[in-house]
Order: sequence, then structure tokens, then C-alpha cells
Amino acid sequence: MSAGPVEKADAAAPASTASRRPSRWAWLRRLWALSTGRFGLIVVAVVVLTAVVAQFWTPFDPRQVEISERWEPPGWPHLLGTDGSGRDILSLLMAGARTTVLVAVGAGIVATVIGISLAALGALTVRWVRESVAVFVDILIAFPVLIIAMMISAVWGGSLWVVIWAVGIGFGVNIARVTRPELRRVLHSDFVLAGRASGLTPAQNLWRHLLPNVAPVFIVQLSWGMAVAVLAEAGLSYLGFGAPVTEPSWGLLLAQLQQFIAVHPLSVVWPGLAITLTVLGLNLLGDGLREATDPTLSRSPFATRRARLHIPEVVS
Amino acid sequence: MIRYTLTRLALLLLGLLVASVLIFVTLRVLPGDIASLIAGVGSSTEQQDAIRERLGLDRPLPAQYLEWIGGLFRGDLGTSLLTGTSVVDELAQKAEVTVPLGILSLLIAVVISVPLGVLSAMRRGRADGTALSVGAQALAAVPVVWAGMMLVVVFAVWLGWLPAQGFPRSGWNDPWAALRSLILPALTIGIVEGAMLLRFVRSATLQAVGQDFVRTAAAKGLTRDQALIRHGLPVVGLSVITVLGLQVAGIIVGAVVIEQLFSLPGIGRMLVADVAARDLPKVQGELLALTGFVLIVGFVVDLVHRVIDPRQREAS
Repeated sequence: MSAGPVEKADAAAPASTASRRPSRWAWLRRLWALSTGRFGLIVVAVVVLTAVVAQFWTPFDPRQVEISERWEPPGWPHLLGTDGSGRDILSLLMAGARTTVLVAVGAGIVATVIGISLAALGALTVRWVRESVAVFVDILIAFPVLIIAMMISAVWGGSLWVVIWAVGIGFGVNIARVTRPELRRVLHSDFVLAGRASGLTPAQNLWRHLLPNVAPVFIVQLSWGMAVAVLAEAGLSYLGFGAPVTEPSWGLLLAQLQQFIAVHPLSVVWPGLAITLTVLGLNLLGDGLREATDPTLSRSPFATRRARLHIPEVVS
Repeated sequence: MIRYTLTRLALLLLGLLVASVLIFVTLRVLPGDIASLIAGVGSSTEQQDAIRERLGLDRPLPAQYLEWIGGLFRGDLGTSLLTGTSVVDELAQKAEVTVPLGILSLLIAVVISVPLGVLSAMRRGRADGTALSVGAQALAAVPVVWAGMMLVVVFAVWLGWLPAQGFPRSGWNDPWAALRSLILPALTIGIVEGAMLLRFVRSATLQAVGQDFVRTAAAKGLTRDQALIRHGLPVVGLSVITVLGLQVAGIIVGAVVIEQLFSLPGIGRMLVADVAARDLPKVQGELLALTGFVLIVGFVVDLVHRVIDPRQREAS
């Protein structure tokens, strides 16, 4: 953000080049040196850890209905209080983190496969194919994720898979759009030519030289895409097209608590905070990763962060 | 200019074509036998045949597609499966809520984000500038549903200034009541969309500061702020126009969720209800109308941008 962390990152650079080979993990140190990157990394780590812990242990059973303990205010033993059927809100949030992480990872995998395939098709094939793919991607990018999700759920009904596929497709197209020019750029560099000259097949070349070189751009996009997935999961579950009623989900919890918002406004705060923090963490992680992996950024006094365009609009 | 318009028009038509085919394939072809889906489990073959004939499902798919598209030119988007009403009529009726909501949201987003975005860029590195950009970053991560709930808690539950839900039955015959019920929903969408727009305006402004002509103006004796406001802001305005199309898509998506939250009888709420009820022909018409609208807005925005940006005019 400010000048401080950048200087620190610069100071770290000579140290890593001093050793014979720059460390593969140098970017991690630079990321940690950025306040945004550190915040993002910590938040994402906490959410993932919570999800893992919730798999084995939550303070209470999140599905346990206890009518005598409904609408307990925050305190002991229910740290964040209970909801209208006496379920422990903290446990519900922890279990919801699991759903969130699963959806974000699932959507990330789908987006990766779709994005990389479209980018490769759009960059490495013969001219007419790659131009058509580029136009196709330009068109698909206009489809909001929510519209894709509605389309899928109208046919197959709502489920978490709908969220995963909708975000995966919507953001995959986005990744393709950003990765394609990078691939084209790298394609003409000497080491790729050298690889081709030394007899690598196109597939080997893609795997060894092209993909590692577009990875930074791609990972940044992925981080933002997962933020979109978290928002989409919450929004679609809220609308009733995401998590089934039996599954703990932050969006679903919001929908359930909304009915009593006039009487118990405080309880709505927690799931919303959880979503916001997770999305903020992923967004900042993406911002930090971009700064840590892109050497051309933040050098000039007027360094600007390029605006994030073409983020598909999400339900949230 | 004419050449650009034609190329862009061709892209728009191609986009509409791809969109319509995708929607048709997803909603009409992929579900398999819609007739049995509609007739329900345990329906007789005669019943299914009757439905097939009524919907024209017994004819070849290309014919069905052409008939659907042909209807568009006669202003016919199909009819609801459940109520038999015309989709166009219902869209027009619900637009009375959604269109004012969208315009209000867009106005709020622009009015909030443009001045604050410029301010946060000009005060970069100082406490207020940083606070603004951190605030925008955090707000952009807030799920729209939750933002709406929090506004309801404050302005409807605690202060009691505005209605928490609903739209007056008399509609726009009572303009004040109708407007009052749209304020909180529009504010919700406007704030969240505005936060994203603010970040964009901020980086566009920072980019403008680095432009040669702004530096020249400063060299000729204007202060940095004067130079930025007189020579930089027009450029910022231009780049804001380029993202307006994206904003409109975001607002439509926001409206779907927010109309649900505030129980507003608009297009978004209708779409959610129809998807939940699996009214496939109606969903098909609605989705085409929405994506068509997004694509056309993008087209108009691009043309307007081309016309008013002198740099682009010279390039063509």
C-alpha cells in the first residue's frame, strides 16, 4: 500500500538473487511484506482452518434444535447467541465456513479448467479458431454469473453444484480473457522458441514454459474468482438456489434470520460479517499477489493499480 | 466511425445470437423431455402429448428455435406455462418497479462514487484518502443482501423512517409512497455498486495525474489539483462511461436479490419465482430479455464512448 512495504520488498530482492538461483518462494515473502497481502493471507488461512476444524468439531451440533434455548443473546455457552430454533450461531457459522470453502475450491477448479482451456484455444491454435474463441469469450463475458446460475437451476433445481458451475463458467471465461494475451505475449519469447527448437511437443512446451509464465496473472484472477464464488454462494443460497435447507450455509442463515430481523436484528450481523471478511480477505489476497508477482507495478511515484475490469457481476 | 459502428453492431447481433442459442439449448434441449417434466410424475402419455402439442415440442428443434426467435420480432417472448399470461406483458408491468429502482440505484452509485473517488485519489497517502479507499475496499466485499438487511435494521426498525418491505398496491398513482418504498432498496444497490465504482474512479484519477497533459498544465502554473480538475477529470469521466455497462449488469443482478429482500414486485422477484416454479418457457423469455438488455447497453455505451472521446474519434 504505502511506500514502506515496497521498500522492504525491494530490500529482500538482492538477498534472493545473491543465492545462485532466486528462490521459488520469493513472492511469498513479498506478499507477506504487503499489508494487504498479509491481511488476505491471514483471513483466508483462518477461514480454511475453521472449515477444517468444523469438519471434526464445533462447540455445539449446528443442526441441534433446542427450543428452550431459542434467541439466547451472545454470552456463555453460546458465544454468538442462538437462532430462532435454538441452534448455536457460532457452530452454524463454523459449519457454514466448510460449505463456503468447498464451493470456492470447486468453483476455482472449474474456472481453472475452463479458463486455461479457452485461453490455450484462444492463443495457440490456428488463426480462425483463436479469433473465434476470442469473440466467443467476449460475448460470454457479458453473461452475469447470476443469470447463468438461474439458467442452470431452472432446469436442474438449486444445489451447491449450481453455484460451482455458474461461478466456474462465469469466472473461467474471465480468466481466459485475461490469460490469453499473456499467453500470446509469452509465446513469442526466446525460451519458448528455444523449447520448440529443441524438440518439445506443443503440449510439453505449454506445460513447461507457457503455463508457469502466465501463472502469476492466473493465480491473481483465481483469488478474485473465489471471492466471487463466496458472494455467489451466499446470494444464491439466500434466494433458495444454493445450499439445501439442511446444509449449513451463511447465505441460508441470512435468509432464515431475516424473518425475525425486526425482533432480533443483532443475530443477522454475524453471518454477514463472516461473508464480508472472507470476500475481503480473498480480494486483498488477490491484490497483494498481483503486487508481489508483478515487478512493473508500484515503482513510479504515480504508480497506479490497474483497475479491475471485467469482473463478472455477482449475486451477493 | 461508420465502420466501427457496423463492426460493433455485428458483434452485438452475434452476441444476441449466441445468447439466444445458449438459453434455448439450456432450457429447451438439455432438460430432455420437458413435457413429462411439466406434466409431473405419474402423468399419462395423453397428457404429455397434449402438452407437447400445445408447446410445439413435437416439432424439430431448429423449427422450435426459429419460431421462438420469430416471435421476438412480433414482440412476443412466449407465454407462461402456469398462468398462460404473455411474458412481454408481465415484463412491462414489473418494469414499473424495476426500472425506477435501477435508475435510482445508478444515480446513487454515481453521485457517491465519482466525487469520493476523485477525492480519495487526490488525498492519496493522507489519512482521509486512505480511509476512503479502505472503506470502499471493505464495502465492495459486502454482500448486497446483508447491506440491505443492515439498512433495514437502522432506517426501518430503529429509526422507523422508511418502510422495511413492500411496494404500495396503488403503484405510481401514489408517487410519494412508491418512491419511499424504493429508497432503501436503491440505496442498498447504490452503495455496494458505488463502492466498486469508487475504486475504479480512484484508479482512473490516479492514472490521469500521470498523464502528460496534466503535467504540462501543472508546469504552466496551475496547482496540481487545478490541473487535475480541469484537464484530468474529463478523462476520468470518459473511463467512467466505459464501465457503466458493467454497472448496469451489476444493478440488474443486485435487483434480483434486493427485490426478494424487500418483497418488491419487480422483474427480479418474478424471475426468482419462475425459476423456483420451473416455468421454463417464461424463464427462457425473461433471461433473453435480460441478457439482451445487458448486451444492448454495452453496445450503446461503446458507441457513446467512441463519439465523445476525441482520441478514439481520431483513431478511427
